[in-house]
Amino acid sequence: MNTIDIKQNEPSQVELNQVELTQTVGNIYADDAKMSIRNANVHYGDKQAIHNVSLDLAKNQVTALIGPSGCGKSTFLRCLNRMNDTIDICRVTGQLMLDGEDIYAKELDPVLLRARVGMVFQKPNPFPKSIYDNVAYGARIHGLTNNKTELDEIVETSLQKAGLFNEVKDRLKDPGTGLSGGQQQRLCIARTIAVSPEVILMDEPASALDPIATAIIEELIDELKEKYTIAIVTHSMQQAARVSQHTAYFHMGKLVEMGKTEDIFTRPSHKLTENYITGRFG
Amino acid sequence: MTNSIDNSPASSRNNSPMSHTEASTASSTTEKVALSLKKRHQKEKRFKSIGLFAVLFGFMLVVILIGDITSKALPAFHQHWVKLDVNYQSDWLSVDDSSTQQVLAKQLKSANYRKVLKNSVYQMFSTSTGKKLSRKEKRQLFKLFSTNAEFTIKDALIAAPNQLNKQVTVWVRLDDDVDSYLKEDFAVGEAGLRITKQQAMWLAQLATEARIESRFNVSFFTASDSREPELAGIKGALMGTLLTMFVTLLLSFPLGVAGALYLEEFAPKNRITDLIEININNLAAVPSIVFGLLGLAVIINLFGLPRSAPLVGGIVLTLMTLPTIIIASRAAIKAVPPSLREAALGLGASKMQVTFSHVLPQAMPGIITGAIIGIAQALGETAPLLMIGMVAFIVDVPTSIVDSSTVLPVQIFLWADSPERAFLAKTSAAILVLLTLLLVINVTATVLRSKFEKK
Ligand SMILES: Nc1ncnc2c1ncn2[C@@H]1O[C@H](COP(=O)(O)OP(=O)(O)OP(=O)(O)O)[C@@H](O)[C@H]1O
Ligand SMILES: [Mg+2]
Repeated sequence: MNTIDIKQNEPSQVELNQVELTQTVGNIYADDAKMSIRNANVHYGDKQAIHNVSLDLAKNQVTALIGPSGCGKSTFLRCLNRMNDTIDICRVTGQLMLDGEDIYAKELDPVLLRARVGMVFQKPNPFPKSIYDNVAYGARIHGLTNNKTELDEIVETSLQKAGLFNEVKDRLKDPGTGLSGGQQQRLCIARTIAVSPEVILMDEPASALDPIATAIIEELIDELKEKYTIAIVTHSMQQAARVSQHTAYFHMGKLVEMGKTEDIFTRPSHKLTENYITGRFG
Repeated sequence: MTNSIDNSPASSRNNSPMSHTEASTASSTTEKVALSLKKRHQKEKRFKSIGLFAVLFGFMLVVILIGDITSKALPAFHQHWVKLDVNYQSDWLSVDDSSTQQVLAKQLKSANYRKVLKNSVYQMFSTSTGKKLSRKEKRQLFKLFSTNAEFTIKDALIAAPNQLNKQVTVWVRLDDDVDSYLKEDFAVGEAGLRITKQQAMWLAQLATEARIESRFNVSFFTASDSREPELAGIKGALMGTLLTMFVTLLLSFPLGVAGALYLEEFAPKNRITDLIEININNLAAVPSIVFGLLGLAVIINLFGLPRSAPLVGGIVLTLMTLPTIIIASRAAIKAVPPSLREAALGLGASKMQVTFSHVLPQAMPGIITGAIIGIAQALGETAPLLMIGMVAFIVDVPTSIVDSSTVLPVQIFLWADSPERAFLAKTSAAILVLLTLLLVINVTATVLRSKFEKK
């Protein structure tokens, strides 16, 4: 059984080399781009993790980043709010723009960028503080309000948007770490939207959750796109198909194909994409 | 035991080629596991009993140690006093009782109380025995009382000047040799006690008249060091220790934590930081007396800070404690999950905010543990303090960090070195005080730590 699989994969390795020469298949451009990335390259030390990737994130839409493990989805996502700055050996080149502004410009403060481009991580990581303080934290450090009632309001609406308010409204003083995994992840989403960012980056936000919690989060993402531009990394084809309007398929650090989600999933243009979404690869 | 284990793989190896069914392999796996399981359980049991033994043994040693020290220290906590009939005759005092009150008060301050004490005592004993005391007997009789006795009767008169020319009863301390004799109930002249037969008889007489009383030794906690064991107290050394620890904690904790935070969170990872790290680790292993030499050469001789002062002692002990605190703090900071930092950074917190509102509180329990280990080390340190002169005989209780003072471990060392028998118990009592201080510090740390852990 196993040997047959490996043989099937070998031709795709050959095709990959062609990808290096040719450009990304499909359409990387958006009519109304919130973020535009052109010729992004990322190196970890001597190792290149992202090769010449260009794409747009359409405003108020959900873009799904898919691809096999280790292909560089997280790396790419973390470039978009400069989280990679914290890794000493990581080097990012190319043009990465938010509303036409270069986010890697010298004069741009990454702290300000991260207030505009928020991030939800794969593993729920609430602060070891109360639920209230978790949500209020961002608003407090950015000085969004000095007013207690306004802060209460921010916390409440953020929790409501994240679909968590009814479950926790009686125990806002309890520690956030005492919630279930799914609730914690929604708390992290509430915490992110409390800062009112423009873009939300999500790295496999539902990977640790059961189907019901996943469904709640997917529903939430669908609602959030009304106000925010969203990029989501996911390993679930179904999830990508359900929540996103655009899909980008990464393979070994390269962007192989990008396009409208329904196109990618119904008639992929590239052999690698087809193999991956039909489950024959990856 | 070993035979059966050795045989089993061989037998199963023999079995497996003969039976090709799945079921037989499964059962042989079960057999093998069962056999190895027995061995594993035995190992576990053995380890458990060794561990239990180690714990019990350690506990037993601690109990023996504390029990021994406590039993030796107990005599130091009480002290014998004697009731004297003191006759405040103005001619013995050599004061003029016809002068005005103000002048009299002045005269009473510098009056001859020794003569009052001597004559009162001679009177007491010559009237009770009915014969005159010889010169030798007088000397021996006077030696029964503490050198402090004349000050006790002085204080009594100054507190109530109307007792002039009256006979009143005053309680005074007995001499340390007499005190030891009464405590240990030794036969006369034995074990180097300097008590004569005559003195023993007088004491017996005083006891039958119910003039001798054992009291709690308050002055042990309220007095400073003294050449006279019955007057020597722990307060000076205790204050010295507290002041020194205060300086040490005040300097080493913030410096150590700041250093650790900088190295872990802010410093670029390069050769220089590596070099600093290696040197900090080396510094932790430097013998403490070297820090004392450094303190003498640099802090006292070069900077001219006062000798024997808690300030200098604290600085020297800070040098010694700093590496311990830095190493422990770095380990605690490293253990903070990176996801927590990312969460805060992702929300747009600055590096400073991440460090102080997320990393530091999380690392605090570990940092406090490290600081306590460092402070506990410093608390018991003697060698570097000898180098900077904190070994001097100091009678005053220090009130500030620049006063001359000594510390508890040095005081213990000094008393242990003294020939007087009464200092033996004092030494043990001082050790008890030191251990109690250590306990207090540890309990405080535990309370603080659990407070941070709850958050
Ligand atoms: N901190 C790092 N230091 C060095 N190399 C890294 C680092 N992070 C990621 N890489 C490398 O970069 C490549 C891309 O990793 P990345 O985490 O972006 O993959 P991914 O697509 O998110 O995978 P997954 O789906 O498993 O999360 C991998 O080869 C990985 O080994
Ligand atoms: Mg990833």
